[in-house]
Formats: sequence, structure tokens, C-alpha cells
Amino acid sequence: MSQSSKITRVEGRGVVVRGEDIDTDRIIPARFLKTITFEGLEQHLFEDDRKQLAERGTTHAIDQPAFQGAQIMFVGSNFGCGSSREHAPQAIARWGIQAIVGVSFAEIFFGNSLMIGLPCATVTPDQIEKLMAAIESDPSVACAVDLPAKTISAGSVTVPLGMPEAVRSALMSGDWDATALLVDHYEQVEQVAASLPYVSGWR
Amino acid sequence: MARTLFQKVWDAHTVRTLPNGQTQLYIGLHLVHEVTSPQAFAELRERGWTVRAPQRTFATIDHIVPTRAQARPFADVMAESMTEALERNCRDYGIQFFDLASGSQGIVHVIGPEMGLTQPGMTIACGDSHTSTHGAFGAIAFGIGTSQVRDVLASQCLALSPLKVRRIEVNGTLKPRVYAKDVILTIIGRLGVKGGTGYAYEYAGDVFDRMTMDERMTVCNMSIEGGARVGYVNPDDTTFEFLRGRRFAPSGAAFDKAVAWWRGMASDAGAPYDDVIRLQGEDIAPTVTWGINPGQSVGVGARLPTPDDVTTPERAGLAEALDFMGFQPGQPIAGTRVDVAFIGSCTNGRLSDLREAAHVVAGHRVASHVRALVVPGSQKVAVAAEKEGLDQIFRDAGFEWRGAGCSMCLAMNPDRLEGREVCASSSNRNFKGRQGSPTGRTLLMSPAMVAAAAVAGEVVDIRSFPINEPAAV
Ligand code: SF4
Repeated sequence: MSQSSKITRVEGRGVVVRGEDIDTDRIIPARFLKTITFEGLEQHLFEDDRKQLAERGTTHAIDQPAFQGAQIMFVGSNFGCGSSREHAPQAIARWGIQAIVGVSFAEIFFGNSLMIGLPCATVTPDQIEKLMAAIESDPSVACAVDLPAKTISAGSVTVPLGMPEAVRSALMSGDWDATALLVDHYEQVEQVAASLPYVSGWR
Repeated sequence: MARTLFQKVWDAHTVRTLPNGQTQLYIGLHLVHEVTSPQAFAELRERGWTVRAPQRTFATIDHIVPTRAQARPFADVMAESMTEALERNCRDYGIQFFDLASGSQGIVHVIGPEMGLTQPGMTIACGDSHTSTHGAFGAIAFGIGTSQVRDVLASQCLALSPLKVRRIEVNGTLKPRVYAKDVILTIIGRLGVKGGTGYAYEYAGDVFDRMTMDERMTVCNMSIEGGARVGYVNPDDTTFEFLRGRRFAPSGAAFDKAVAWWRGMASDAGAPYDDVIRLQGEDIAPTVTWGINPGQSVGVGARLPTPDDVTTPERAGLAEALDFMGFQPGQPIAGTRVDVAFIGSCTNGRLSDLREAAHVVAGHRVASHVRALVVPGSQKVAVAAEKEGLDQIFRDAGFEWRGAGCSMCLAMNPDRLEGREVCASSSNRNFKGRQGSPTGRTLLMSPAMVAAAAVAGEVVDIRSFPINEPAAV
């Protein structure tokens, strides 16, 4: 009873969030984790960064009118480092983002995103610069993350998509939500448990 | 063939290879807390699943607990409702819950080892990135997100891809008043905050061999700050002696059997590593972060970098950090005025940390402009510290002595920075806004250095700080 769907191609407009090592405390500050659901988190996405920029008279990308309604987020390197809070990809997804393209992602963030069907694709620093420049010069350009074709595009810029093969195939086949697979064949799990002395008892 | 501990634990816990190529890995211990679990339990119910192994699942509350007024219901309505949700979930599924009344409540990464739940050769998961702490025992411990918490509840398994293993050897000896915290901050400074992505870190060499379990936990705790999801130290006699007699550790003949198995899980001589890094203990100085990620640090006697000291791609990050912190390139870190001193967290909130800090503050007074607090990592740590009179030493010096929890490490409770306050902190993250004020500033350092900063009112070199008394015992 997997609830996943096949994810092959994400199309739409892009939003460029510049910066390196953007941690999950910045994506969604801890005070918004005081909740027992994920509902409404998108309202607080990058909240402190947005406020601080506004105070200085500039506007965070996700507050800029041209980027409203974007489906693909373009980011720098080590995006999502820090806390394991799934609230971070949840806030991004609930804001409307269906794929993230960056130079690199922190591992837990990458896995958490995959668990909710939010693909994170990687490109080189040169390539992200070209993609970001294309979107910033015309935020209305069509962008796409194409898993079967292994490409990422923004307007006339097209670059190869980086993603571990297991992840790409899981997204395309709809197996990215592994829970159902894990729950199946519990007898195999019990066999492994029985083979571990700290589970079965020190005899 | 010779294998690393990582490989041995991985092999022993592999259930099968999933169709997408990932490994289905059995999880031997699942630790649960109030922040990342409510949505997982809700989905479990929604999908009609149950908790497969409640006897291998343990819960506590740590992130949101107030450390002063702990009577229920909590003044903070959301904190109360998160607590109630966890209580209900534990009751419904038969999960043992170490709540405030248990005497065993505390930060999840402090209480697991303290009760002997954490053991060598295990796989451990917890919805918290600092789960890497448990690797100090030679366990492979993964920080996971809420959907994965749901997976472990439903199947006692995770779908994962194997990690590469980097051996980090620190040989020689540490100089006096150089602590485990300085070792890990130096490693992160050297390898970078993303250097560990895709790796498990194996800490080895003289310095780690000699460390106590508390010190090893401090190191493994911050693996994630270096980008490594997993960090571990091979189990040895220090590990086994720590575990002897603990509540959930095997006892009697079973203990000896366990020791034999545990010993066998350590990396073999000649095991293959994907990478090896070597550092010399003598080269490590008391270290302080000056920026907005834990890799931005310097020795306490050194100066902040200037744009000329860093590579071109790093310049924007340097400028952003200096701007946020309000620091000048090339300025010394010593002498930086602090407003708040925080001793606690899963990195440095254990008894030995409080002893070190108390040893420094004994006979001194906290500077008049500094707000200083000590938050023990667990109720047991608090009780043990009080028995030794550490609470009195701290109080006499002008520190507040609080109840156990995460507190100002992430400020989900009432303890937080105000405005642009600068905090000398024994915690693990100096991210923008981490300690509760969006513009608050964090300087990470060892608990002894925090204690000295509290007294001096500014960052000082612990090596030249006048320490009054022999270690409080
Ligand atoms: S003490 Fe800090 S880092 Fe550790 S679990 Fe609590 S919030 Fe996380």
C-alpha cells in the first residue's frame, strides 16, 4: 500500500536561493517546530533570513514577486546542513517546490527530501551559476528537472543531472517511499534480529 | 577479509537489498523524542501500521522542556501538547517513556549511554542529527528525519545506502587544558563542514584511545557538524568498563559474553578505508568558533581570517559570517565580550563537563554583565553533580543551576538569547538564530572555556586563566 507516485519530470519556473551551507535552522527556525503536524510550515520558510533582509531594504528570493509560484528551487552547496528536522523539506515542499537543484546537499536533508518525494539533483558550481544567471535575468523562463533524460534546464541552458542511480530509479518507479517495502517480509527482519545476540539474548 | 567496524555492523544488520539498490538495515535501538515523532506516529496510525518492536524503542522529552518551572501543565501550551502527544503515543504502543517523573529524563543522547541502552555493535536510530554521539561506543548510529522515524516504528528497519569510511587518526598527546571539544572543532575546521558528506568517521589513534567515554561522546556528537552522519570509536576496555553495571547493560556471565562479541566488532587491523587523515594532538589548541558554522573556528590565541587567507569561493561565506557576527577580518578572538554563558547540551552537558567547568569557576564570580547558566544533560547528571556540590560552586559563582534538557542549545524552551547577544556556549551549533534570537551570536568552545569566559566577561585563553582550587571531586 505504497502511497508514492512516479516522479519523472518536474517543470515550472525557478527560484534562486543563493548562499552556501544554508542550514535547516535557517530554512525553518526551531521555534516553528513546536507543532505536532507539518501544516502551515511554509509560512515560516526562511523566516529569519527574510526578516533580516527586509530590514536592510532587500528582499529574500522567496518574497520576490517574480519568483512566486516557482516549482524548482536552485541553491548552492551543502544545502540543508545541520538538524535532521524533516520540517525543512516539508516547509519547502509546502511552499510549492517540487524539486531542488544545488551543488551539494547535506546527507540527512537529501534523505528526508527523498522520503517525501522531493528530488534533490546536483550540478557543478559552474553549472549552477549558469542556471541561476538564466533565471535571475528572466524569472519567467521555463525550467525542468528531467529524471529519465538526466538533464536540468533553465531557458536555453541545459546541463546534466547528478543523482545516485538508486535514488533516480526509486523516484521514477514510485518506490521512493520505502516504508511499504520495509514492512513487507517481516519474517526476514525477525531472522536478522534473532541472529544478533543483543536482541536474542547473550547465551 | 579484514573489515571495519562500520562494515561488520552493516553486514550483521542487513536484511536484504531493496529493488532500488538500497539496503534494508535492521535497527537495534530506536530512541524517540517529542519534536520529530508526533507526525511519525500520526502517519503510522493513518496507514494502519503498528510499532513493531516497542521493547527496542525508548522515549524521553528534552528539546522543549522548561528547565526552571517544570510543573505540568507547562506554561507553554505547545510544549504541553507535544508532551501529551508523546505520552499518549508511548502509552498506546507500550513504549518505555523516561519522563520528568522518572528520574531518568534528559537529553536523548545523554540518557541512552547513561542507562547502558547504547552498546557496541548496535545499529541505533533517532530523529535527531546528533545521534552520531552513540558511535562513541562503537555503535553505528543514524540521525533520521520524521518519515524515517515512521519507518523504524513500522518495520524496525531503515532503507539506506552504505557510507564510505574515513579514519581520522589523532596521535600523540593533547596539551594541558585542551579538551575533546577542541579536538573535534579542529577536525571540523580542517576538513570543513561538508568534508564528511557520504562518510562515516572512524576516530582512532592515541588521543582517542586515551579518552574517557564522555570525551569520545563529545567527539562523535559533532561528526554531523563535519558533514558525517555517522562517527564512531572502536570499542575497547574503556567502553566495556563504562557499561558494566548500567541498568540496561548485560550483567553476570552475559556481560562477559557480550564483551567478547563487542570486541569482535572492532575494526580489524588492515581493514580497508576509503580515506585516512592524520593529525597530531600537540598541534591542537583551545578552539573557539567565530562564525556561523562550526567549521569557522580559530585557536583562542589566533586571529580571524582575512579575505586573503581564504580561497576565492570561500570569500562570500567569510564576508557573510563577519557581517552577521559584527567582527572585523583579522581581529583576535580573545577579548571578545560575551553577554551569556551556556554550559550544557548533548555535546558537553555530562558530569565530567560540569566538573571541568566547576573547577574553573570555583572561587570566582561571573562578570556582572554576563548571564550564565548550567543545564545538566540529564536528571541523573544533575543529581550526581549536586551530590558532589557542583551546583553550589556554580551558584556561588553566580551561575543559574537548572533542570535537565536541551535548553539554550536550540531555544525551544524559554531559555534563549535576546537581540544581538553574544553567547559563549558549550553546545554544537553556531548557526544564525540557533540560540533563539534571529540575530543572536554563538561562540562554541569547551565547557572550561565557557566557564572562564563567564568569569572574565570575554573570551579568554583557558591556559592562562587563574584556576583557584584542585578539581572539585
Ligand atoms: S542538546 Fe542541542 S544538539 Fe543535542 S539533542 Fe538537544 S537540541 Fe539537539
